[in-house]
Formats: sequence, C-alpha cells, structure tokens
Amino acid sequence: MATDAALDPGASTLKPPGRAGREVIYRHTLVVRITHWVNVLAVSLLLMSGLQIFNAYPRLHWGRYGADADHAWLEMTAVNPGANHPAGVLTLGGHRIVTTGVLGVSKARDGSYAQRGFPRWATLPSDRDLATGRRWHFFLAWAFVINGLIYLLFGVFNRHFRRDLAPTGEQLRPRNILRDIVDHIRLKHPVGEEAKHYNVLQKLTYLAVIFIILPLMVATGLTMSPGVDAAAPWLLSLFGGRPSARSIHFITANLIVLFVIVHVVEVILAGVVNEVRSMITGRYAIRTERQP
Amino acid sequence: MTAARFSRRGLIGAGALGMGGLMLAGCDRLSASPSFQNFIGGAEDLTFSSQRLLLAGQPLAREYKASDISPIFKSNGTSMPGGDAYKTLLDGGFADYQLVIEGLVRRPSRFTLADLKAMPARSQITRHDCVEGWSAIGGWTGVPLGHLLRTVGLDPRARYVVFRCADDLDNSTDGSGLYYESIDLFDAFHPQTIMAYAMNGKPLDAAHGAPLRLRIERQLGYKHAKYVMRIQLVDRVDTLRGGKGGYWEDRGYEWYAGI
Repeated sequence: MATDAALDPGASTLKPPGRAGREVIYRHTLVVRITHWVNVLAVSLLLMSGLQIFNAYPRLHWGRYGADADHAWLEMTAVNPGANHPAGVLTLGGHRIVTTGVLGVSKARDGSYAQRGFPRWATLPSDRDLATGRRWHFFLAWAFVINGLIYLLFGVFNRHFRRDLAPTGEQLRPRNILRDIVDHIRLKHPVGEEAKHYNVLQKLTYLAVIFIILPLMVATGLTMSPGVDAAAPWLLSLFGGRPSARSIHFITANLIVLFVIVHVVEVILAGVVNEVRSMITGRYAIRTERQP
Repeated sequence: MTAARFSRRGLIGAGALGMGGLMLAGCDRLSASPSFQNFIGGAEDLTFSSQRLLLAGQPLAREYKASDISPIFKSNGTSMPGGDAYKTLLDGGFADYQLVIEGLVRRPSRFTLADLKAMPARSQITRHDCVEGWSAIGGWTGVPLGHLLRTVGLDPRARYVVFRCADDLDNSTDGSGLYYESIDLFDAFHPQTIMAYAMNGKPLDAAHGAPLRLRIERQLGYKHAKYVMRIQLVDRVDTLRGGKGGYWEDRGYEWYAGI
C-alpha cells in the first residue's frame, strides 16, 4: 500500500475517513520527507557556522574589493571595546543602531561583554573559532548540495515539481492570487479538495526558495572561493565581485531565515501536529468541510 | 479537545526549543572532539579534489585594471618582523639579503635581490582574499616560482615547496612561532605563482612582506607567505613543525585554501 502511495502520493487516499468530516491523504513521499529533515539540520547549522565566519570580519561591502579602509554598507562594531560596558553598534547604510547585547557587543563565555558580530548563542561553535566554523560550514555545504541534488533529481523524475509545485493556469489568475492573499491575511486555511493541493502563494514561495534562493546561496558561496573564481570567472562578473557575492550571500541567508519563520508560523497555524506528522509519516489529514 | 490540542502544541514547541538547546550544546561538544573534527574535515579532501578537477587546465585567476587597485591594501598578520637580523637587512635596503633554495634540489642555491630582479619577471594585478572575509586588489611584480625551481633543478622526490619566513607571530624565542607555509608542485608551477619583490610599482614594503613574498593567486591570504628567507623542497610536510604544513594550518586552518 505504501509503495502504491509513494508512486502517486497526491492522488491516493489511504483510508476511508476515520472521523466524520476528516480524510487522511498521503501527502509527502519518503524522499521528500528525508531530504526535508536533512535540509532542516544542514541549513540550521550552515546558518550558525556562517555567522561564526561572518564574525571574523563583521563588515559587508559592494564591489571588487573591500577591507578595513573601504566603505562598508553594513558593519557591527563596539564603541569603547576596552570598557567594562562597551556599546554594540550596527551601522546599516549610514544609520547607527545601538544593539548592545546582541550585535557588535555581547556576552562571552565568562559573562563579560566582548566585541563580536553575532552573539555566541547564534554561532557554531559558540566561542570565536573561525577554523572550526569553516570546517563545519564546508562539510555542511557538501551535505546540503548532495541532499539538494537528490531532491531535485527526484522532483523531476517523480514529477513532484510539475504535479505539486507548478501553479495551474487557474491558480495564476490575478483574482485567485488576490483571494489567496486575503485568505492568508485572514489566516483562513482551505478545506476539502482545495486542501489537497498547495495554494498559489505556497507554490510560488516554495519554487522561489528551491530554484532561486537556495541556488543563489550556493553560487554566491562558491564565488567567495578564489579557486572556483579562477575556474569560473563568470561568477565574479555575475555578482560584481567577491565582496558583492559575500553581501548577497548574507542577504540571501536573511531571506532564508525569513522564509523559515513564516513557514514555521504557518505550520503552527495550520495545525502543528498534523503538519509535522505529514512530514514524518507522509499522512496528512484534511477537513472535508469548514467547521463553524 | 481544544485544550488537549493546545497542550500538545505547547509540548511540541517546548520540545523544539529543547532540541535546539541540546543541538547547540551537542555541536559545541562535537567541535571539541578531535575525531569528529577529523570526520567533518573529510570534506576538505572533497573540496581539494573537486577544485583540482576544475583547475586541471591551470586557468589564471582574474587580473584587474590599475584603476581597480585598492586605495589602501590592508596589511595583515605581521607588519614588521621583530628581531635584529631582519632590522639589519631592512636598514641595509636588503642589499645583504639572500634567498636560500635547498632541500630536494639538484643545485642548492642562494640568490640576492639583484639576482632575482635580473630574472624573467611577471606583473599581475590580482585580488587578495583573506580567510576572514575581506578582499584587496594590488599589483605585484616578481619572478615566477616555476622559473626559480627550474633554475635550481628538482630532485624527482620533491613534492612540496616550503617557505621559511622571518616573522615570528608568537614572538617565540625558540623559533616555534616563525611563519612557514607549504604548497604542492601543481600550484608552484602555475604561471601566476610568483615570488614578488614589488607591489603597485614600488619595492615591496615591510608591511607587505619585504623583501620577498609569495603570491599564489588561487588560494587564500594565509598561503601567501611574507618575508620569505628560505625555500625548501621536500617530499612530505607532515614531518615539519606541527605536521600540518603551515603556521595557520598547525592552528586548525585547512592546508588547501582554495575556498
């Protein structure tokens, strides 16, 4: 039964409705579920080891070069770093924001305030250790890329992208998109047949993350490698230089964090048990009618 | 029903937070374990092999226009080596400097700065990428390392080129903090791998590695040994100092710094 379902998950209904007004469908295939959780682990730790690497030089530039003497569009610094209570300052596009305790200055292992970009609870490892952060980051990057390739190949051959993620012509009509936006704002979740498919905002968001954001993350990451730059100098032309690629890498990481926050909030709003279960066992319960 | 669901929800939330905390603590403990460091360090071999495949045709690192040169090229690591020997050389305008090339070579040799400047030179404007994340563009002139190695002749057993430097980052008294680096012959014979004696059209200054420094354009800054006094040809690097092939390598950084 599970095998049949795996062949065509979207269409199969596993059991007759267990309860009135409720139907259980097989929503996520095994490959999607495994690659999803590997991705959760890899992306979380990539983010944290990435912040460790960022902390080694907490400034961002645009262009072909960028170091201490050059203009930075984002910078985390400490004012009076030697003092007992130094102030942490985030400078963003010329605006200075005091961020003591979080950015620029935060508590070290011994409880004293120390100059560091992101705080120790956000970095991997916690203490300042660029070499170990890099080792984690590149190991995880390989894991992320291999996991992602498995997912992409599967998505093409299993028609996961075409069947589950490509919006239908009907979905792309402005009226439908508008209705979806209103439904999202009102936190109204679909029921019945409609709940068996992703809505258009979901589809577009997932497609953007899978085919734009994550590949952009890999490409900008590779552009920071002097070895890769020699082999593929077009990457430098594409992103406008290594410092630019580092800036885009940072911005894209923020977009991923934003996506994850919205994703997790939606999972909680839509029913955390049902949603998480569907990503573990594949089974997803839908309501066949709207409750009063 | 609602209450039950709510508490279940709360439980999952608390569980997720707890898992996050455990994960953090777990990762720090893993980071401290040498065998786990070795395991995730295995990715370095994968990176090295992949880049060697990508660079098999020995492409050049991008070269820039004079107008792209950084107004201020950051000096990192040592800006002025300590010790009287270096100061004496510096005060004498490096007239008494001699580059020693020894080890697995047919003709162990010494070259004065004038000797080096009389050799075929290569000039290149390239980007210097620090492991910390900053980049600077500078112009370099020097003698290709490949030319030097052909001049002294390699013993067939030679596999690595080791650079012995004048700067001691730890201010050690026994020389254990002296900077050193190593590269293999693949990179040593790359046309852009040069022993530079000039920067931006002027003789190399002390802050940037006078009198002679390595430029190895497809790797990160810490590979670009400054204040090079001796070049040694060896068959292996794990018998040197900390066993990892370089000052920063002995302190946890990758030997292959193409990423």
